[in-house]
Amino acid sequence: MAITLKLNGTTHEVEADPGTPLLWVIRDELKLTGTKFGCGVASCGACTVHLDGEPVRSCQTYIEDVEGSEITTIEQMEEDPIGKAVQQAWAELDVVQCGYCQSGQIMSAVGLLRENAKPSAAEIDEYMYGNACRCATYQRIRAGIQRAAEIMEA
Amino acid sequence: MTPKTSRRSFLKGAAAAAGAALFIGARPDGALAASSSDAMLNPFVKIDSEGNVTAIIKHFEKGQGPATGLSTLIAEELGLRMDQIHYAFAPSNPQVYNNLLFGPFQGTGGSTAMANSFMQYRQAGAAARELLIKSAAEAWGVDPAGLSIEEGMVVGAGRSAPIGDFVAAAAQMEPPAEPRLKSPEEWRIIGNESTRRLDSVIKGNGKAKFAMDVHLDNQMVVVIARPEQRGAMATGFDDSAAKEVKGFINAAVLPNKAGVAVYAENTWAAIQAREALSVTWDTSAAETRSSDEIRAEIMAALDAEPEYNVLKKDHAETLAAIEGAAQVIEKTFYFPLLAHAPMEPLNCTIEQTAEGDIVLHDGAQMPTGPHMAFQQIFGLPAEKIHINTMLAGGSFGRRATPDADYQVEAALAFVMTDRSRPVKLVWTREDDLRSGYYRPAFGHKVRVGLSAEGEILGWDHRIAGQSIMKGTAFEAFAVHDGVDGSSVEGVSDTPYRVPGMFVGLTDTKKATSTLWWRSVGHTHTAYAMEVMMDLAAKAAGRDPVEFRLVHLAGGGADQARKAAVLKLAAEKAGWGKAQAGRHMGVAVHKSFGSYAAEVVEISGTAEDGFRIEKVTAAVDCGIPVNPDIIRAQMEGGIGYGIGHAMRDQITLAGGAVEQYNFPDYEPLRIGDIGAIEVHIVKSTEAPTGIGEPGTPPSAPALANAIAAASALTVADLPMVEHGVSFA
Ligand code: FES
Ligand code: FES
Repeated sequence: MAITLKLNGTTHEVEADPGTPLLWVIRDELKLTGTKFGCGVASCGACTVHLDGEPVRSCQTYIEDVEGSEITTIEQMEEDPIGKAVQQAWAELDVVQCGYCQSGQIMSAVGLLRENAKPSAAEIDEYMYGNACRCATYQRIRAGIQRAAEIMEA
Repeated sequence: MTPKTSRRSFLKGAAAAAGAALFIGARPDGALAASSSDAMLNPFVKIDSEGNVTAIIKHFEKGQGPATGLSTLIAEELGLRMDQIHYAFAPSNPQVYNNLLFGPFQGTGGSTAMANSFMQYRQAGAAARELLIKSAAEAWGVDPAGLSIEEGMVVGAGRSAPIGDFVAAAAQMEPPAEPRLKSPEEWRIIGNESTRRLDSVIKGNGKAKFAMDVHLDNQMVVVIARPEQRGAMATGFDDSAAKEVKGFINAAVLPNKAGVAVYAENTWAAIQAREALSVTWDTSAAETRSSDEIRAEIMAALDAEPEYNVLKKDHAETLAAIEGAAQVIEKTFYFPLLAHAPMEPLNCTIEQTAEGDIVLHDGAQMPTGPHMAFQQIFGLPAEKIHINTMLAGGSFGRRATPDADYQVEAALAFVMTDRSRPVKLVWTREDDLRSGYYRPAFGHKVRVGLSAEGEILGWDHRIAGQSIMKGTAFEAFAVHDGVDGSSVEGVSDTPYRVPGMFVGLTDTKKATSTLWWRSVGHTHTAYAMEVMMDLAAKAAGRDPVEFRLVHLAGGGADQARKAAVLKLAAEKAGWGKAQAGRHMGVAVHKSFGSYAAEVVEISGTAEDGFRIEKVTAAVDCGIPVNPDIIRAQMEGGIGYGIGHAMRDQITLAGGAVEQYNFPDYEPLRIGDIGAIEVHIVKSTEAPTGIGEPGTPPSAPALANAIAAASALTVADLPMVEHGVSFA
């Protein structure tokens, strides 16, 4: 069926059957590859995007449920003040290793800072629980979120 | 869109477009050479007439930082700032890019990237510097001794000009046989704490392209329907339900019968169609055993006389020494199968060019593997096969199979088509966990005899498990007198002075495809050694740090370096001064030429669950080229070791893997470790490995902390299956 998607401020018409995960429409149809496939079962967070500003796992979000919503991906984060602060913090602290999980980490981090401008380490650990990093960059993710909070405050 | 060109022709094309260029690289005989093109040599650095400098990275980037590390060496010698250097990955050409430590096999493994390139890349940078200065001196009619290169400019004799002005003349010159390398006092970038990774920004904004992100025009996606039971063969299939899936193209049994290739227009259609496919399997030659049977075989081997006497010592002597000891401590350890589970599931894409060449787009860790396999599969000479090395979303050893497993699978799927469309092979996480290659299960049985004074009199150490190296291209390199060195490394070559040590090894039957896993044999040997050292210290009534130092005293440089990291970690962790409710455990281990000591501090109890509050690490990996990357690799290595020890294992039931996806192979999560602090020993030794050495001591240090807190010595992994819970 034809579906109208609002993604990163642009409207797209895509052909996809109900039940198709948003992840594969973003990656294979719209060719925005910053959003990653890691598990397909909502347990790693690599595919995290924002749906009306809220982080969701796009591998378990079905295309028929997102019509009319505003979808935002990592490619748009440079335009977002919180996204920019997080990216700046990530580069300052060299958070990334292989980098494959980091789009998802950043999308979740932005979601956290949007609802909590100064999260504690425990709050970060709780919010970021679902974003796995097999390279175990967690300590820098935690520091990166706190650094981004500082950048935002300044 | 990925262009239809190989990396190699891309480099040539870039040179042509920018006019003159200077390449410094190695000729096939290994000598350094300068040239205006990369046709006759494989370059380590390229400088164009605009002054753009590109470090050509021969090791693959899976997160551990060789792109930054090798660029650092070039930038240092060439007098550049880090923001003035770019990098590109080298094409596959084993003759020239061979890893000096591996023989004629281009690969990254064994934490060798920095170790083998430290001289090579500095020499290339230094040779470029000397030639550019020489050609500037000739152009200006001045003495080269008065010239230097600063931030991309040749300066001196009252003049300055960009280096790009001199590349054309420099490319005609013979480089010095022994270019003068900068001395450590002159270094500004090597060892500099503020050097940042070159790939941080693109990995934070979604622009970094991994192999999974390849979208070639008109490509098909293929996934493989695989058997439940390992080793079963596909005999046929019914795809009538798959035909209902929009985007399904067709299915075909792989030529080797290992599975059925399902072709589709896109990834989701391929996954859906595979679900809908019903395959018939011939299980007559398939694995039928369960993990319990594999474990029983290993345990029985530990109790029998070992197959190999690794140190060629008299076993009877060790047994007699233990027999006569005042105290004997004994422990049997079991380490389960483990999957690597890199974050980016395995994948690669193959296309055929108009000229009939084959191009592989791959996060290839050992490009030589697929390069050689593809020559056979496609019947093409080496120069008609091109490998475009992409970023890899982690590997931990998985992307370096000696038989190039997933690349071969993609090639087989590709040859079954008419080759008009590129084929992208995608593994899902289920494929990764259920059909992969594993760290083999190992058992250790250790008996230590102590004198009344707590001196070690005898150490009987038996190891049993499935060899990783036997039957692979690495057998000649790793197996000696029947002993696979990777099964015993870390025990047989321990720097501890252990009187009366006997090491026995028994190979067990093949149960699964096995593969090196971050730090290889040290994944289990460090655990057994370091938990035993703690048990021995306790029996001797000595402090664990002090007891280890006693067994490192009076030796050579090896012992001294190991002792130094141990002391440093203990001091920084506040060893012996844990606050109320906290307990510490320590472990120290040498691997890949580097020394790492780790102190794990925990809170909680066995009943309510433990929490890892802090890990304090010290590492000596020779000259620290990029200190912050070393720190990051240690953090990652510690997390990888601890996460799996806490709760991961691969088990078999009736020959089938029981785990499916992350929910039953639970990754380390952000809250699992409170903090990690890494201290780096200042060193003037040549750089050694850093991708792996952080992993081995992490799990035994945790086990030792748990033992200190609860009198529970965990000798069976994962911990959560053996009486330990984590809060
Ligand atoms: S791919 Fe969606 S959570 Fe893992
Ligand atoms: S950086 Fe590699 S998985 Fe997170």
